[in-house]
Amino acid sequence: MLMSLSCTVLGVGLFVLTQATTRGFEEFFIKTILGTDGAMRVEDKIQDTLRQMTAGGGSDFQISQRQGLKYIEGIEEPKLIINALKDFSNVSGAAPVLRGSVLVRADFKNESAQVFGIHLEDQLKVSDLGRQIVQGDIATFREQPAGALMGRVLADRLQLSTGSSFILEAQGQRLRYSVSAIYETGVADIDKMRVYVHMSEARSLLKKPSGVSFVQVNLFEKDRAPQNAMQIQEVLKHSAKPWQEREKSWLSTFRALRISSAITVSVFTLIAGLAMFNTLAMIVLEKTKDIAILRSMGYERRDITQIFLWQAGIVLTIGAILGCIVGALSTLGVSHMPLPISGIFKTETFVVSWNGWHYVEAITTAALMVMIASLIPARRAARLEPGDIVRGTAQ
Amino acid sequence: MAFTNELALRCDGLHRYLGQDDARVHVLKGVSFEARRGEVYAIVGPSGCGKSTLLYLLGLLDRPDGGEIEINGQMMSTSDDIARTDARCEHIGFVFQFHFLMLEFSALDNVMMPMRKLGRLSQQEMVERAHYLLSSVGLGEKTHRLGTQLSGGEQQRVAVARALANQPSIILADEPTGNLDVKNSGLVFDLLTRLAKENGQAVVLVTHNPEIAARCDFTRPMRDGLFV
Ligand SMILES: Nc1ncnc2c1ncn2[C@@H]1O[C@H](COP(=O)(O)OP(=O)(O)OP(=O)(O)O)[C@@H](O)[C@H]1O
Ligand SMILES: [Mg+2]
Repeated sequence: MLMSLSCTVLGVGLFVLTQATTRGFEEFFIKTILGTDGAMRVEDKIQDTLRQMTAGGGSDFQISQRQGLKYIEGIEEPKLIINALKDFSNVSGAAPVLRGSVLVRADFKNESAQVFGIHLEDQLKVSDLGRQIVQGDIATFREQPAGALMGRVLADRLQLSTGSSFILEAQGQRLRYSVSAIYETGVADIDKMRVYVHMSEARSLLKKPSGVSFVQVNLFEKDRAPQNAMQIQEVLKHSAKPWQEREKSWLSTFRALRISSAITVSVFTLIAGLAMFNTLAMIVLEKTKDIAILRSMGYERRDITQIFLWQAGIVLTIGAILGCIVGALSTLGVSHMPLPISGIFKTETFVVSWNGWHYVEAITTAALMVMIASLIPARRAARLEPGDIVRGTAQ
Repeated sequence: MAFTNELALRCDGLHRYLGQDDARVHVLKGVSFEARRGEVYAIVGPSGCGKSTLLYLLGLLDRPDGGEIEINGQMMSTSDDIARTDARCEHIGFVFQFHFLMLEFSALDNVMMPMRKLGRLSQQEMVERAHYLLSSVGLGEKTHRLGTQLSGGEQQRVAVARALANQPSIILADEPTGNLDVKNSGLVFDLLTRLAKENGQAVVLVTHNPEIAARCDFTRPMRDGLFV
């Protein structure tokens, strides 16, 4: 009883812990990329080139042929696109972005970078920019027409901090800005490249009075991004790229990790299951004489099965509760383990995933195993004639 | 008593083989037997002649390879498990030759177990009856001892009390006095005979003790799988 109980506790606890630790990084990565570049990006306009031929003779046949897609860079009418996007029920926000290459000139050093012209309020709806500020205040940026948000890595390289001024150079003109705040996404490629300025500033800097480079889109249900992207592309005639496609390489890395951890979890589960099966089967075996006595007094097969089910139920209940506590505590312990990572995301400690489903899955698996492990031997024992058991000839 | 002399148990031409293949033994070779209410029967015979095997069949704890068993007028040798289990609960009290009790439970619990299954008495009545039965076998002081805390003879007496719990019409006891001293075997035997007379129960016991056998109403000597 104690043995099978500890097996259950261990099984449930390990299941929860492995799920929490292996899913943690992937979920955190997804959260990071959704928080920076959003769930979807609507970009270049698609131009269908239709070749039209008129078939000879009197008939008026017209053959249209799709000749592959041709893209025209950028979005010419962002307002129209954004309004159309808002008709999609899953779209929670859409923000226009004007992007261009610039040279950042500071007192000591120059760095090439990318300027992102944004409407701040729109941008906050499609990203976590507001929460990624590590120095200064986003409100400062809101108030400063010539303010800029600079990535942590870029700011460090240029030795800039909030309040310092710098020059952006593009298209042969130079404009002066000041650092309103410094953000850090944890994604190295972003933090060392991007400078956010107000849209109007970007327009004059890049000499683009109309049109934007892309529209960043946020969704309520992120998992439906690929389907939504296809619909949007079809309707708006602009290319739409869901995050799953954009971050394909990293996601497939995580998928590989997930498979390997699923194997680990299965092995753990199998071992715990076997141990549980063994001990519960042994309990029943030890009790075959008691089963014979009970049967001789008139207890039915059903009664015997019920007694052992009841026992299994107790093991399961206590085991599941203790197991979940053990799992949660060890997850908490692991989440405090220092493990600084930045580059694809930013963390100081081990990332774990807190998800109620892991607990539900663990309990379901344990329930299945405990029930099988106690029911099969109990049913077998109850089927025997009591006389056979007492005589010792039961097989 | 109204019950007296009614046929409680009847078997006819019972056959039982034990073991497999080469080790297969013809243990019971066509045993016929009757037990009436209010009477005490002793089955005697050398070790290995098939007494326990017969008692298991009569107690519906095993199935015969041939022959008939009737309990209170009902043919049981061909009935299904549920009917046999119900009959065991209601009509039969069985005392095993070995392995008497569920050791993790107290004497009281052991005696109450058949009553719980039958479900005719309230909890209070069950406790009272269990106390009464345990006192009758001289264990009134030890009702709360666990099975593991009782001696072999004490366990055997608890088993006798348990067999009497549901007031079954048939009591089958495989050497119920085997582990007992003179005083206690007298106590147990007197209890069984008294009940047989008072309640009109048929008592069939296996014994190696000639004195006990002599005090029964009938003695059935058995040899090599047959009554002689
Ligand atoms: N599993 C078995 N396989 C083969 N023969 C068996 C098996 N179990 C018991 N027997 C044989 O069946 C016969 C009857 O056994 P049983 O237990 O009924 O004897 P018994 O009369 O009760 O003896 P005792 O007085 O020693 O209790 C014995 O000869 C025994 O050797
Ligand atoms: Mg015997």
